[in-house]
Amino acid sequence: MSPVARLMSRRSIAMRRHRCFAGGRPAGSGMRYNAFQILKQGLAGNRGWRPAWRKPDPKPEYDVLIIGGGGHGLATAYYLAAEHGLRNVAVLEKGYLGSGNVGRNTTIVRANYGLPGNSQFYSHSLRLWEGLEQELNYNVMHSQRGIINLFHSDGQRDAAARRGNAMLNQGDDAILLDRAECRAMLPYLDHDQTRFPIYGGLYHPRGGTARHDAVAWGYARGADRQGVDLIETCEVTGIDIAGGKVTGVQTTRGAIRARKVAIVVAGRSSQVAAMAGLRLPIESHVLQAFVTEGLKPVIDHVVTYGMGHFYISQSDKGGLVFGGDLDFYPSYAARGNLPMAEHVMEAGMTLMPMLGRARVLRSWGGIMDMSPDGSPIIDHAPVDGLFVNCGWCYGGFKAVPGSGHCFAHLIATGQPHPAAARYRLDRFETGRGLMDEEGTGAQHNLH
Amino acid sequence: MLIPCPLCGPRDLREFSPRGAAVTLERPDAEALPEEWHAYLHLRDNPAGATRELWWHGAGCGAWLIVERNTVTHEVIGVSLVTGEPEQ
Repeated sequence: MSPVARLMSRRSIAMRRHRCFAGGRPAGSGMRYNAFQILKQGLAGNRGWRPAWRKPDPKPEYDVLIIGGGGHGLATAYYLAAEHGLRNVAVLEKGYLGSGNVGRNTTIVRANYGLPGNSQFYSHSLRLWEGLEQELNYNVMHSQRGIINLFHSDGQRDAAARRGNAMLNQGDDAILLDRAECRAMLPYLDHDQTRFPIYGGLYHPRGGTARHDAVAWGYARGADRQGVDLIETCEVTGIDIAGGKVTGVQTTRGAIRARKVAIVVAGRSSQVAAMAGLRLPIESHVLQAFVTEGLKPVIDHVVTYGMGHFYISQSDKGGLVFGGDLDFYPSYAARGNLPMAEHVMEAGMTLMPMLGRARVLRSWGGIMDMSPDGSPIIDHAPVDGLFVNCGWCYGGFKAVPGSGHCFAHLIATGQPHPAAARYRLDRFETGRGLMDEEGTGAQHNLH
Repeated sequence: MLIPCPLCGPRDLREFSPRGAAVTLERPDAEALPEEWHAYLHLRDNPAGATRELWWHGAGCGAWLIVERNTVTHEVIGVSLVTGEPEQ
């Protein structure tokens, strides 16, 4: 479908769902995107498009300061304004918007978790994804192409069936594929490989991918249109606390006062939390990803090969996007080492021998906020007015809408959103409510 | 990344397994408070820069090593053997 046709087909839906931007729109600079604008701007030589958000200077005081202009921070700002009417809000970003992990992931969106806590949260997030483009009036290229998790033994089939039932129970979709169905859907895999022959797969049709940068840009534009100040190249250098309460932050662009400050900087959580005297249950690790040259459509779904620590999808531009497991040593380098790159290539070749014909264009690493149990944290920090959102491990991208939505709820109301009520900071200390999805133990270095 | 094992010399990363921050060597007393155990088990400084870690040379001499390393550049600053004596 051409971009114009795509926009036109969505226009009627968008026209009915404009509550977010209705009424008293403050200083935001963006225009609504629709087919009429494309036509109008096209006829005028495309000289009328304006920047999607302003570049304001920081004011001396805000109601809420959000540290971190990535996907989660921008989504938090958006939902604070859209759902809770809080518009005197600033997002402080040390680089440019979306310059961190939101642009360094492999773009997968899914709700295939099994444990209480994760189950309702990712289900909530997936439902937000499904209305996101209409909500934001922005094409985030959300594509529900389906995810297939392969399994390779009878025991793994049982585990997949159990997980599939958990997904159905949480209100999402799951289909257990047998050997023949898997072969029909994924004819290009080596199904009879001697190492891990494919017994079938757990198919999650509503899973898929989205354009990662566009998610950050869409939330940024949506927040800006409601008056949120997005302040780039503004690094927080200190958090001001007086009498056990947050009073503001120090930044490279001066001091800013606020009664509520939210830390949402996965990848640098430990450093920012240390400014408030906190030590977090977080280790930062590197996860590598790889992309090939653009190819004609060949992979229709997201395919995961757990036994090889390998997963792959094809971007809309044609590149095969794939990755593996952590390098397993703490790192902030945003790049990994060759042994893991080699392991990922070997696993890919085992599963999908045709991969050897593609040329890898580039590889990179993201900085993962690893928590001891592999699940995230959205909670009050032990300082009045300070909130913390961290520990997304290697699953932060799909969580962006849910995380922003639930974090905004916590900041605005002081109460956790029901979908994220189990993401407590104190669960490691008390041992209550650990969400160890892999069943390996709630210890660092095991996830 | 090459790690200079004090017993074997510089060896490839593949021979070693990381085991996290070297705080794991500073085990609290049996009578320690729950907060101390929580800090020992879960809380981490997680520095962006120089760090002290525990690595195992499993595919080499089998020694446990304390590796000082920079987490931003991956530079290995120093390696010593875990002695088994309590840290001072």
